Amino acid sequence: MGRDLNINVHHITRVEGHGNIVVDMKNGVLQKAQLDIVEAPRFFEAMLKGRNFQEAAIITSRICGICSLGHQMTSLKATEAALGLEVSDQTVMLRKLLVHGATFQSNVLHALFLAAPDFLKVGSVFPLVNTHKDVVLAALRLKRLANDVGDVISGRAVHPISIVPGGFTMLPSEKDIAALKEKFIKQAIPDVEFILEVLISLAGEIPVFERETEYISIYSEEEYGLYDGKICSSDAGLFPVEDYLNVTNEFVVPHSSSKHAKFNRTSYMVGALARFNNSYALLSPMAKKAAEKIGLKAPNYNPYMNTVAQVVEVVHCIEDSVRLFDILLDKGIKNEKPNQEPTRYGRGIAATEVPRGILFHDYTYNRQGNIVAANCIIPTGQNLANIDDDMKKLVPEVIDEEKEDITMKLEMLVRAYDPCISCSVHLLDVEFVE
Amino acid sequence: MSKSKVAFFDFTSCEGCQLNKLNFENELLGILDLIEIVEFREAMDDKADHYDIAFIEGSISTPKCVERIYDIRRRSDILVALGSCAVTGGINAMKNNHPADEVRETVYGKDKYLFPSMPVQPVSAIVKVDYEIRGCPMSAPEYLHVFKSLVLGRKPEIKDYAVCVECKLRENECVLDKGMFCLGPVTRAGCDAICPSFGQYCTGCRGVVSHVNRDGAIEMLKEHGFSAKEAENRLKMYCTNELESINKWGA
Repeated sequence: MGRDLNINVHHITRVEGHGNIVVDMKNGVLQKAQLDIVEAPRFFEAMLKGRNFQEAAIITSRICGICSLGHQMTSLKATEAALGLEVSDQTVMLRKLLVHGATFQSNVLHALFLAAPDFLKVGSVFPLVNTHKDVVLAALRLKRLANDVGDVISGRAVHPISIVPGGFTMLPSEKDIAALKEKFIKQAIPDVEFILEVLISLAGEIPVFERETEYISIYSEEEYGLYDGKICSSDAGLFPVEDYLNVTNEFVVPHSSSKHAKFNRTSYMVGALARFNNSYALLSPMAKKAAEKIGLKAPNYNPYMNTVAQVVEVVHCIEDSVRLFDILLDKGIKNEKPNQEPTRYGRGIAATEVPRGILFHDYTYNRQGNIVAANCIIPTGQNLANIDDDMKKLVPEVIDEEKEDITMKLEMLVRAYDPCISCSVHLLDVEFVE
Repeated sequence: MSKSKVAFFDFTSCEGCQLNKLNFENELLGILDLIEIVEFREAMDDKADHYDIAFIEGSISTPKCVERIYDIRRRSDILVALGSCAVTGGINAMKNNHPADEVRETVYGKDKYLFPSMPVQPVSAIVKVDYEIRGCPMSAPEYLHVFKSLVLGRKPEIKDYAVCVECKLRENECVLDKGMFCLGPVTRAGCDAICPSFGQYCTGCRGVVSHVNRDGAIEMLKEHGFSAKEAENRLKMYCTNELESINKWGA
């Protein structure tokens, strides 16, 4: 006789936004295992209509506080593609530094403050302040430094100010850049090495579970794909960014105010693990060593390892930032004005890897430089179908365990994806139905 | 001194203001000595029945939000609206400028009836708000000021003059003089003119001052080649819900 099981986690904690986990099993047959997205819809695509090209990035930045830099970056690139605005090498390098900063800030926040409490069996990071003060302080220092990158280069880490279509309204000084570089070398590298050691000691707490899926990320031949590149599917190869609608195939499901996505299977995964699987060979030397030390090999099919891949990326972003600082200091910062003279009006599509995965913005502008149509496809939305598929495989595998343990594993699974629900609805809770 | 019980709640928003609170890396541990955080879904599991101070981030945009905010108000001694979304409806209220049906159809197509939504409103439209911290995102120093004042039982000082004042104090070149548009003359200070200081124009994220010199502002914008209509359109980004009170901008 099979088991009856109902799990209903309302407003899952330690994730960004509002979602519920709902699991319903009758006589050992799984009726339902899904993540309900209950975040209030926000309608950004509609809000963008009629807004000027200078405003698009300011507005879309507000889709999400955590991912504000990523949204701005993608928005700027889409606007520049639509209006034919070229940007300088210096602008691209400064933007890559901002993407590195935002990626390692978000990855540290998730791995250490939101996910680590699960490995240490506590409800939040706050008790860890007393029990693991040195780890918390190292993580805080890394976060601070990532925010410094945002503050120095873009005026503010949350909702950046000086990055605009065509360039920067204000540039950092060489002195600022040199000071950042010194902090990266003296402080960030030892801190991330220490955190890596702690993570290795906790690796046994990461649930063992595998489900191979399709991994989609940005891929660039020149570098670990974050700022720009082609769309890469582990199943189907490379596609130009302009083909994004054929890759994402968004559809509405009743249990989620965020749309789902699928490509060659019923679901696909985006985020740190997808990037790691697709672009492992392009990681920085220190990051490769970190992955090896912690036992993460590409391809890896355990979604819980997404958190570990995030920490490997922290190492990569820090090491690669130092490389970029050196180039900038070598060339010197030129005082350039942003290029805001459109050479065409029409449609522009762009993709950037933001911490949670590949992000698409697509705008069409009229001849007045105002938006007539907009579409944003968000990483968490793309991961939702994959999370549901993971849950459907996981629940039968752990069905003999205590309900509390099953609930815990489901919550950890959802958290491993580092979902950003504000973004996806532009939406997370867990409900077990008894 | 007993520790104040403090809670944080997020409504319709980007959660950027909440995130900014976790960004006080240098002050965070000091703050934790003064208070007990009893509810903060984004960072912890615990839930509580009563709050000395409740911080509300985000706008009211669904019937569920209305139910939740009534419930939180009942259990809170002091309720603080945090950030533009909570104080004025913020950027979310831009959708109020488009017909509701059209907005839902743009995003969800034929499935538009699956997810209920209503005109975006500030928290103060539903319940009494004791203090407001404006900005998108909220300004960190202002938040710390209000936070410390309330924990110490003092009344925080809230600024009600134009961003231009702070911009002049920072000795910035006037944004309008640079040939760019700017909402500084009508927007509430408290941000230390951060956007003009980084070469951007003021987008009006903190809402308008309580006594706007409408005619003076329009005249100044015209002198710099901008129309009242443009000003109204730019104000719609953050101040859709305040536009009526400063009516006839376009006149």
